[in-house]
Amino acid sequence: MTRRDFASAMNPRWCPGCGDYAILNATQTVMAEMGIPRERFVIVSGIGCSSRFPYYMNTYGMHTIHGRGPAVASGLKVARPDLDVWIATGDGDGLSIGGNHLIHILRRNINVNILLFNNRIYGLTKGQYSPTSEFGKKTKSSPMGSPDRPFNPLALALGANATFVARTVDRYMGHMKEVLKAAAEHPGTSFVEILQNCVIFNDGAFEYITENAVREDHDLILEEGKPLIFGKERDKGIRLLKDGLEVVPLGNGTGEEDLMVHDSTREDPSVAMMLAHMEDLPGHTIDRWPVPLGIFRRVKHQTYDAVVHEQLSEAKKNKKVDVQSLLESGDMWEVKA
Amino acid sequence: MSQKKREASTKNRDPQRPEVTPTEKNPEKKSPASDGPSRPRKEPQRHQPTREQRDHVVLRLAGDSGDGMQLTGNQFTRTSALFGNDVATLPDYPSEIRAPKGTLPGVSAFQINFSSLDIHTPGDRPDVLVAMNPAALRVNLTDLEPGAIIVANTGTFIEREFKKAGYTTNPLEDGSLDGFRVISVDISYLTNQALQEIDLSTQVKDSCKNFFALGLMYWLFNRPMTATESWIKEKFKPTPTLCEANLRALQAGWAYGEATELFQNTYEVPPTVLPPGKYRNINGNSAVALGLIAAAQKSGRPLFYGSYPITPASDILHELSRYKKYDVLTFQAEDEIAAMCSTIGAAFGGSIAATATSGPGLDLKEESIGLAYIMELPIVIINVQRGGPSTGLPTKTEQSDLLTAIYGRHGDADLPVIAASSPPELFHMTYEAVRLAVKYMTPIILLSDGYLANGAEPWNIPKYKDLPPIKVNFRTDPEGFQPYLRDPITLSRPWVVPGTPGMEHRVGGLERDAETGSVSQDPLNHEKMSKLRADKVMRIADDIPPAVVEGSQEGDILIVSWGSTYGPIQSIVQQFVDGGDTVGHVNLRYLNPFQKNLGEILKRFKRVLVFELNFGQLCLLLRGRFLIDARSYTKVQGQPFKQFEIHRAIERELKDMRAGKGAAK
Repeated sequence: MTRRDFASAMNPRWCPGCGDYAILNATQTVMAEMGIPRERFVIVSGIGCSSRFPYYMNTYGMHTIHGRGPAVASGLKVARPDLDVWIATGDGDGLSIGGNHLIHILRRNINVNILLFNNRIYGLTKGQYSPTSEFGKKTKSSPMGSPDRPFNPLALALGANATFVARTVDRYMGHMKEVLKAAAEHPGTSFVEILQNCVIFNDGAFEYITENAVREDHDLILEEGKPLIFGKERDKGIRLLKDGLEVVPLGNGTGEEDLMVHDSTREDPSVAMMLAHMEDLPGHTIDRWPVPLGIFRRVKHQTYDAVVHEQLSEAKKNKKVDVQSLLESGDMWEVKA
Repeated sequence: MSQKKREASTKNRDPQRPEVTPTEKNPEKKSPASDGPSRPRKEPQRHQPTREQRDHVVLRLAGDSGDGMQLTGNQFTRTSALFGNDVATLPDYPSEIRAPKGTLPGVSAFQINFSSLDIHTPGDRPDVLVAMNPAALRVNLTDLEPGAIIVANTGTFIEREFKKAGYTTNPLEDGSLDGFRVISVDISYLTNQALQEIDLSTQVKDSCKNFFALGLMYWLFNRPMTATESWIKEKFKPTPTLCEANLRALQAGWAYGEATELFQNTYEVPPTVLPPGKYRNINGNSAVALGLIAAAQKSGRPLFYGSYPITPASDILHELSRYKKYDVLTFQAEDEIAAMCSTIGAAFGGSIAATATSGPGLDLKEESIGLAYIMELPIVIINVQRGGPSTGLPTKTEQSDLLTAIYGRHGDADLPVIAASSPPELFHMTYEAVRLAVKYMTPIILLSDGYLANGAEPWNIPKYKDLPPIKVNFRTDPEGFQPYLRDPITLSRPWVVPGTPGMEHRVGGLERDAETGSVSQDPLNHEKMSKLRADKVMRIADDIPPAVVEGSQEGDILIVSWGSTYGPIQSIVQQFVDGGDTVGHVNLRYLNPFQKNLGEILKRFKRVLVFELNFGQLCLLLRGRFLIDARSYTKVQGQPFKQFEIHRAIERELKDMRAGKGAAK
């Protein structure tokens, strides 16, 4: 199967240049490579630009209501663990109106994949600030600057004890596919934040990460088992101290062996949390904190759906099912004719 | 209350003050060595009370919310049902988790009407009140039948306690209860005495006093204690000392009745003559749980039940959680919205999907119900109505969610809505809800209420094999498939579950093209689709039994009721018919669409009265749909109608008709 088998007859209608096209492309490619029949996939979404996703996928799909995609997907996946369920949501949909459902699906570890398209703006409603917009951001609904402090989506997911947490960027097709593939393979809730550009209402929001001139100095690609190194000259690294992280220049006695080695499988989420918060940290930097991209946390836990179905099998084991005797249980008496 | 009953009550009234009064009792407490009637186990005085036959008795057990009155009431109900009586119950408990001890808001009561006749209500006025403390007496006194028996736990009628209940003097001594037959028993003290040799704290011993009271009632009404004894043994298996204590308290209560001369009579209510069959006692919430299981099993599909705890619906979740072996998957969601949404996912996946909630939860579910409606997925939503709006009266009954159920969504999206008239009938109507949802591919709302949910009545257990079939045919043929193609008769769309090859499709909240199912903003298509969905719901009218009029089939007055108000109305209508008046009664189990013959029925009567526990919601619908001058009789007090209220209303209308138009005889 190829990517095209996963494209529906409907032409995507996103703004020209929207990052969503790349995400759609990457998802279709990854699904085609998974070797799972098309009819086993279900894409569930809420409301927003990202949530048009199911219409463009030639799989089963549910376009639901604002913020409730995870709740609908939970019912579907728990009832039908044989299906491969994906959720497409945005920063407004998933973190604002649907924040409650998002944290609970993560907490339960239901085996679905969540793609959170983060463009730090409300696109469909035409340009209000979102839960990930920067403090002080000027938008239609915040002409004097947003008074809201933003969520850090990865930290939020880690706080909900998510078992798979990753971040990628719409511009980095190769990286995005790699992350999506890892998410798809993870048994449990996979949470992938995709930094996505909104050409109309928040163009260039992630230029500080993605522009060629700065990307190597500002991106920190997390690679499993490798030290955290970044910079055009690969001359900077991240060191783990007793009380936090530190950016250090390499050379002058500091070598790779002094740096933190990336291990996403740590059960303790605190190091992953430090990585997630890295770009929010004030001061204590040589240049500035880089933005980590890749898999922050990947740990194995029982999934909710597996536990529930184990309970069902256990309850059904060697038990005769007789509805009549259920109806007649309890204190019964008979009135003879 | 019948005339016959009133005479019986008066006849039983003892003009003498009760033999054992609190003033006689209290000194004993101070000198436990003295012999007296309070130590029946050691020195029983045998006497032979006469047995009096009654066709029914209304008993109310009332105490502090920590006194175990609901438990005691349930045990008495079980025993009476097993004995063969028809029973109807009305649990009435406070919404506070635990109000301050001994105060008026903390009073918890359980009323049971047990009868040798076929009854439909828990009764208007108790014949017997067990008052475990002064607050319980004060709260329940106004409800009592004149001449009723009051069994008062004198141990709690001390100054501190009766002042807490707002009495300035001891009501047992100040003559304010003249007109009732007061039986004073120091239940607290006697329980403690009976448990003397048991190694438990005084406080724990005191908590056994409800079983003493229950034992005394079993003696008074000649009920066997075996069912409760085995229940205690099972329930308290892990704590043998407590088990022993409760058993002794129960037996001590019985022995006390037997040994003392408190009562001249004991009462006997012979078994009811019920149609042959197997029976069990069932409350509404259990009936819903069993109805869902039976329907899902019949359909051959697993049951998915997604819910969020809310009074008074939570017991459905508790019960279903225990029945996993019947392919029941319960999902306790993070909130009401998620509960509803989870059923949408499960229904898309091919499960029989259901949720239950109560008023405020229904509000939260509405947006997702709209989604289920436009997606055309089969889901059963049970709403156990309670007093509203908002948190309102969480533990009390009401019928005020009717319009919310039918119209509670934006857009033209009126749902099929059905209701049940008794706890056992909830089994049948739940089953019916599943049948209709699956056949018409639609969400459907079943209205229960707090009274039905917690009240219990004997249930003539149906034969599972005789229940109507529930056919689930998932479409698997991709030839000519479109997701919103319609069956020409039911107008329902095909149910295709994910995993079916070659039929991948998308459902969603956006309007869809009537032919292809693709998203469409076309104005004429939207009107066409809106009409198709509405017509589909209306076609259910072709698939449901016609409305039945009880009592007169035509004439002066037709009472229209719906759901749980059936019981008290039915009994009263029969009285008028017996008295020669032309009064009919139709109880609606189908609220949307209405049954097809309803319009014609309404025309056969000169006057239509609509009784409901809200400000006239059904009446508004009937006036609008049928252009008739229906009159509304309402009650919004968190309590079911009492029979005398119905009686008074009909009497007034008949009088008015005779005076006005000479219409009535």
